[in-house]
Amino acid sequence: MEWRRLGFIALIILILIGVVVMIGGGEIAPSVIVVSMIATTIAVATPLTLGALCGVYCERAGVVNIGIEGMMLASAFFGWFAAIYLNTILGMAPMPSLIMGVVAAILTGGLAGLLHAVLSVTYKVDQIIGGTVINILAIGVTGFLNRQLFFEKGSIFGGQVPHAPGVLPRIRIPLLADIPTVGRIFEQQPIAVSAIVLVLVTHFILFYTRWGLRTRSVGEHPRAADTVGINVARMRYANVIIGGLIAGLGGAYFTLESVPSFEPLMTNGRGFIALAAMIFGNWAPFGAWASALVFGAAQALQINLQFFREQIPSQWAFLQQAYIVGLVPYLLTMLILTGIIGKTTPPAADGVPYEK
Amino acid sequence: MTNDQMTYEMGLALQTKGITKHFPGVLADDHVGFDLREGEIHALLGENGAGKTTLMNIIYGLYQADAGEIFLDGKPVNIRTSKDAIAHGIGMVHQHFMLIPVFTVAENIMLGSETVRGMVLDQHSVATRVRELSHQYGLDVDPDAYVRDLPVGIQQRVEIIKALYRQADILILDEPTAVLTPQEVRELFKVIRSLADQGKSIIFITHKLKEVFAVADRITVMRDGRVVGTTTPAETSEPALASMMVGREVLLRVEKGPASPGEEVLHVENLHVFDDRGAETVRGASFFVRVGEVLGIAGVQGNGQTELVEALTGLRQAHSGQVVMLERDVTGKPPRPIIETGMAHIPEDRRRYGLVLPFPVTDNLVLCTYYLPPFARHGIFDHQAIDENGRQLVHEFDVRTPSPYLPASKLSGGNQQKVIVARELSRPIKLLIANQPTRGLDVGSIEYIHKVIVRMRDAGCGVLLVSAELDEIMALSDRIAVVYKGQIMDTLPADQVTKEQLGLLMAGITTQATEV
Repeated sequence: MEWRRLGFIALIILILIGVVVMIGGGEIAPSVIVVSMIATTIAVATPLTLGALCGVYCERAGVVNIGIEGMMLASAFFGWFAAIYLNTILGMAPMPSLIMGVVAAILTGGLAGLLHAVLSVTYKVDQIIGGTVINILAIGVTGFLNRQLFFEKGSIFGGQVPHAPGVLPRIRIPLLADIPTVGRIFEQQPIAVSAIVLVLVTHFILFYTRWGLRTRSVGEHPRAADTVGINVARMRYANVIIGGLIAGLGGAYFTLESVPSFEPLMTNGRGFIALAAMIFGNWAPFGAWASALVFGAAQALQINLQFFREQIPSQWAFLQQAYIVGLVPYLLTMLILTGIIGKTTPPAADGVPYEK
Repeated sequence: MTNDQMTYEMGLALQTKGITKHFPGVLADDHVGFDLREGEIHALLGENGAGKTTLMNIIYGLYQADAGEIFLDGKPVNIRTSKDAIAHGIGMVHQHFMLIPVFTVAENIMLGSETVRGMVLDQHSVATRVRELSHQYGLDVDPDAYVRDLPVGIQQRVEIIKALYRQADILILDEPTAVLTPQEVRELFKVIRSLADQGKSIIFITHKLKEVFAVADRITVMRDGRVVGTTTPAETSEPALASMMVGREVLLRVEKGPASPGEEVLHVENLHVFDDRGAETVRGASFFVRVGEVLGIAGVQGNGQTELVEALTGLRQAHSGQVVMLERDVTGKPPRPIIETGMAHIPEDRRRYGLVLPFPVTDNLVLCTYYLPPFARHGIFDHQAIDENGRQLVHEFDVRTPSPYLPASKLSGGNQQKVIVARELSRPIKLLIANQPTRGLDVGSIEYIHKVIVRMRDAGCGVLLVSAELDEIMALSDRIAVVYKGQIMDTLPADQVTKEQLGLLMAGITTQATEV
């Protein structure tokens, strides 16, 4: 990732943290606020990071995926459903139910990835349309099932939303989490931790392994890959499904790690912001993660400002309106996608079906 | 089988028998028998669509033959994918390079045959092997360079090493000289010869007759999907090969008398143009074209010719400088007023800029004049006039199409080009700008286009011919301007210049420097 871009990312994160420190600094020690902002940023960037990694796998292999939003929404729902079904109907303990919920979410994402691969690789459907199909399908299916399963009289849960098995507990990273004040950053929930691990793993796979070289080759010049005996369709299928599995984990974050409930449309555009993060991160895992952190910081701003609503100075009164602060991630997305901060280059064959 | 035949077949690296391949509506290969001896350079000669590349793609496993057999070292083999071909020691250098620009040379070479240590790609051992191969065959490349930074000549070496790295004994080179300068061609021929001397068997696909004589041991000519015959350079001549390729007598030399240039029709002064990526690709070009002469612009592709022609024809804004057409300043004007001054343009990329492919031939023939009477009156088309014009031009310019109402996309390359020529020349013009007018065309169509260019010159039109084919430039031009990195190196009278001089100028070397 180029330095200019990295500098821009660091600058925005610093500004966002700075705003909260300036407002709340009188009330709480600035160091505590900074640590809290960083910890929240990392946590809320999780679905963005995972969504962006999903995009990295798909698009590096040459398949555009704008269906990340739908993949995460569907996974959020089915993961949540699996967890409470196991917990309340089958009587499984909360912790195993949550873990099985995560597995169900991942598999849902994988299935959505398979659907996208079938549409775009086998049937060569326009990939934007394929992604849109997944987004619309996810909204419809989750909205419908949510009502049918939880709110209809005579449904399996008897017409009321059952008691949830809670959310995944925090993991304390040994030693690091024991450092005074700063240690809070290293107490994160498991999906947030695995997102960071996946960034490292993806970087390694993409740039240091045979699999990565071949993946990038089918995204750049599928015919060249074909002539040296690489099965383009198989590489694309595998990567889109892997992407789907990762988006599934991202979906699990919403209902099994962030809050213990499902709401229709709860991904709230985060799949699209993840896409923007991937583009701004130049289709690379670290770049995507850094960009996801920018958006995460914008959301952390919103969360942390809630504690200091009384302290907001009168000339900044507009910041008291939650919805205005809530706009920041979306405004950032638009700003970044205008290309003011420099253009990025997609894989050469991104979005182009391969015809023999 | 006789003993003679046995011994003959034993020395064969590769043999095909009865290879037949249908594509929808076309019989691409019709019972093709072809053989390649060990250690020979075998040229496969033929026009576009003769079935050469299809045959090679079958041998390389990219297509499946409908019928026929392939033998390697006398044994029948079944090649279903390029992986099979590679495993059998067949390597192919495609006409459009199969290299990934954002990968390094080493990454491109190892792709599909990677060596790994544990899970990690072993870049080091690949680089070592590449250096060994470079040394052994005189193919100098840096394994750590990114392919996008390399000139085409070097990229081609990477392709050859890529095949050698996979231990290819049979090398198929598909039109390898199309993108090279004359010097690079000579280098390539040296490399091919050295490969053959070290036991590699080479199939060299081309439609350029001169190259066959320069490098081939044997020549097989294909036409319309069939093998016309196999011969050797000693037993044949250029005209004989040309008529084998085309099926009739072909005029290889362009017949033209001396030029009688008149007043200036186009004057270009200190023109600077930038490309889409913001790089200055035309850097202060100045030249003029007079009526009754052909000014040839020679140069290796990608030295600013595209942007130069786009700026002249109004398709691209010039950064600075002046374009004067018949004493009127047309710099920065849009195409229509420029066309109306009497400029005709045969564009480089005929499918993108020359035709509206889904439109019928008739509509394509009025693209410059559709808004004028008799084709339109008060903004309403007169379809009768458009159709009449279409039928007449199709007849007059010998466009081979079942119907003038067929979409232009259905025509062959040569006939598409004839449609463009017919449109551009059927209105009163004073200047013809022809950019790569014969690229990808077969010998018959090339002959036709060349005749037309000379005819326009003799009819008192100025011609600006841009071509990467040195033979074409030399055959048609009255004066030759050589362009290198966006600058005109020199403008020379065509009858006093040698191919070597032009080749050096095309490589950016001025004559003075080499005389020392």
